[in-house]
Amino acid sequence: MPENTNTEKEKPRIGVFICHCGSNIGGFVDVKAVTEYASTLPDVAYATDNLYTCAEDGLNNIKESIKEHNLNRVVVSSCTPRTHAPLFQRTCEAAGVNKYMFTFVNIREHCSWVHMKQKEKATQKAKDLVRMGVARARFLEPQEETKVDVTPVALVVGGGVSGMTAALSLANMGFPVHLVEKEKALGGFVKNLHGLMMTTKSANETIKPLIDKVDAHKNITQHLSSHLASVEGFIGNYDVSIGGDGAEAKDVKVGTIIVATGAVPLVPEGLFGYKEHPNIITSTEFEELCNKKELPKLKSVAFIQCAGARGQKVSYCSRICCNVAIKSAISIAENRDNMLGVTEEEGGVVEEPVAEKKAEDEGLDRRRRRRGRGRREEGEAGEESAPSSGVDITVFNRDVMAYGVENELEFNKAREKRVKFIRYVPDNLPKVSVKDGKLEVEYFHETLKMERTMPVDMVILSTPLVAQPDAATLSQLLKVPLGQEGFFQEAHVKLRPVDFATDGVYVCGTCRGPADIAEAVYQAAAAASRAAIPLANGFVQAEALTSRVDETKCTGCGTCVEVCPYGALRKSEEGISEVIAAACKGCGCCGATCPEGAITMTHYTDLQLLAEAKAALEEV
Amino acid sequence: MTEKKHHTAHHGKKKGEADKEWEPKIVGFLCNWCSYAGADLCGVSRFQYPTNIRLVRVMCSTRVSPHLVLEVFEAGADGILIGGCHLNDCHYMTGNFHTEKRVNLMKKLLREAGIDEGRLRLEWVSASEGEKFSKVVTEFTEEIQKLGQSKVHADDMVKAKVAAADDASETFRLKALVGKEFNLLDKGNAYGDKLDPEKFRGIIDAATEDEFERALILELARIRPMSVKQLGMVMDTPTDRILRHIVLLRQNSKIAMEHPEGFTPVYKTVAIGGEQ
Repeated sequence: MPENTNTEKEKPRIGVFICHCGSNIGGFVDVKAVTEYASTLPDVAYATDNLYTCAEDGLNNIKESIKEHNLNRVVVSSCTPRTHAPLFQRTCEAAGVNKYMFTFVNIREHCSWVHMKQKEKATQKAKDLVRMGVARARFLEPQEETKVDVTPVALVVGGGVSGMTAALSLANMGFPVHLVEKEKALGGFVKNLHGLMMTTKSANETIKPLIDKVDAHKNITQHLSSHLASVEGFIGNYDVSIGGDGAEAKDVKVGTIIVATGAVPLVPEGLFGYKEHPNIITSTEFEELCNKKELPKLKSVAFIQCAGARGQKVSYCSRICCNVAIKSAISIAENRDNMLGVTEEEGGVVEEPVAEKKAEDEGLDRRRRRRGRGRREEGEAGEESAPSSGVDITVFNRDVMAYGVENELEFNKAREKRVKFIRYVPDNLPKVSVKDGKLEVEYFHETLKMERTMPVDMVILSTPLVAQPDAATLSQLLKVPLGQEGFFQEAHVKLRPVDFATDGVYVCGTCRGPADIAEAVYQAAAAASRAAIPLANGFVQAEALTSRVDETKCTGCGTCVEVCPYGALRKSEEGISEVIAAACKGCGCCGATCPEGAITMTHYTDLQLLAEAKAALEEV
Repeated sequence: MTEKKHHTAHHGKKKGEADKEWEPKIVGFLCNWCSYAGADLCGVSRFQYPTNIRLVRVMCSTRVSPHLVLEVFEAGADGILIGGCHLNDCHYMTGNFHTEKRVNLMKKLLREAGIDEGRLRLEWVSASEGEKFSKVVTEFTEEIQKLGQSKVHADDMVKAKVAAADDASETFRLKALVGKEFNLLDKGNAYGDKLDPEKFRGIIDAATEDEFERALILELARIRPMSVKQLGMVMDTPTDRILRHIVLLRQNSKIAMEHPEGFTPVYKTVAIGGEQ
């Protein structure tokens, strides 16, 4: 590529190329008249019209004219910069004009196509638009695009399933990974669980291979009982200080960061009699009891779904709790691993005789025939024979969210096990009360339209996953946003679900919102592959159009640092603002905000924008 | 405050314009990602609109500072349209929230300057709302047609007031207040406390009135040295307020007594740097 020959100091010599776009412009605007007018404008050294400026002869015309007329600025007046600017910018560069010395004037979408029946006025407007473009072009400055080197090391925050998966993916790609976990062991939330959906393996057995691989991988450095103490820098160049319990902070340099800090279950203070009786517990506490083999003797269990969710303490549906309740209900019904604290002498464990199963199936068929499509609506208490473990299981729910293929099958399986699903409406929540040391659930039966009371041995509250209490601290350290419910917020809900808007930081797993293990795994794999791109490239292209701080004007008030959505401004050691070019996206918010007028938005300076806008008002 | 009824097209014309009907001059600042794309789609779909608007592309509506808008009004624009992405759809996440706060300030300053705030319009137009763009422009052009020609070139006092509004918008106090407004109201301060929007608006409004009056004093006393009483009359503002401003402006060496007329001091704006 020839070297850019123009300099800032050079007197502007502007070339104006006006496109007919066949008849798209030429049919509604007098292009010849506009061209003639353009040649009279200040600093215009050459003006011409092309049938199609974007066609090969049009582009050649630009290149030749740049040489012939010694042009240092180019204005193309045709269609929209959103589609054609890169083409013309490349043409300018090929002829030695910096691509930022180019101005686009839109006389098709914004003129000929919207004023098709007013040729005279449209022509006048096209002249005005060209005058505006020329006025802007006079103040353009060449810009350089710079590359920033990337440290090919990743940092993963959180050693749960998603964090481990992400770390392992990156490590397998050959990148060194620092894995920071605040607890003293890997495994996250899942390691405290007893059973999982769709597998008879325990939670610990399920995730053990993952932990083993992480433990064995030479590319992964684990930092257990640790947290991020400080994070400085930007994509490709983060200086991270990892603090441990009582240990001295370790400083590492990383290129990209994945946030996988998980979530915690809501503690349902004040809801459904929680803590008023030792047998009113959350689904997480149920898992812990199962793990410790401390589940009491049970004849009947009630699950209450959406305990604290969907408008109570949090607004959202926690996505996994219906499936968790279905899973737990099935394992209780099957008395999996003799989880129930009932001994054989007491007659608790009942083998499932073939005859009984047959009778059950018939019962189910009969009921399905009778109820037709209302299958999911509710189940009637006491109508069917008990599950094989002999425990009466009821799931009080607003509606069962057993989405997808596998979950629906599990839901059906639970029903086949005689788990009863009884609906409630949010205006009429079930009430849990303790009478003479015994538990009772009072509820309104929506089908029978009757108040009913159900004595139970245990109430399991399905509480939602909520954001980590320290998510806000991490969000401030990494300068990435939290959503309304305190979960980390991705760059785009559909198209960029594992990116943050800030380049170089990615998100996966339940710290972004409730997810099951499989979902967390594929989010983690996705985040790892996104985080690997800059690491593999070895560099990032810094935006040429960034804001710039005038050090002589900046007083260090910090307003720009507050408003920048990308953390692209920071205070230097001298206490004044500086722009991190690699992080800046060029929106210009800091420039419009700066109380001292010390920040200029490159390529969209006040001078350029005012010249352009005021040119619109000139009388001709 | 609304403007006084404008002259109809047959009155108040400059020389040499006798045959030329007045046509509104409207400038639009559109963000690259939504509104500009919406205007493109409007063209692609051939939705027609009046020819009066001239569009300027910025990357985000948040780039449109009060200074840009007020200086373009000062240069004689009859109307200004700012187009951005819908709230929560901003390409830069929170840019248009800041735009919204800044437009509040611009409108307040326009009211102070006696310019109908209807001359400034903020619209959220997405890339898929081509038809909406044509409706917005058509409607806005009609509205400006009704409001009539800007009087900045015809009336020196109007020009001085718009210039004062522009200067006021550039003061540290207003820029800092409005710059912090979104974060303070929507995200909370360093302690997580969110401020009461009403109360904060009250603070900004009071600051805007002060800054505008001070800027206008400087503007007027730059053109012609004036006493407190004269300023009060010209600005239609109580003299005690004027005096308070003068005391502060003197402390900051922005205004100084030029000469006394009898026992009455007459003030002149201190020229700074390259200013005359």
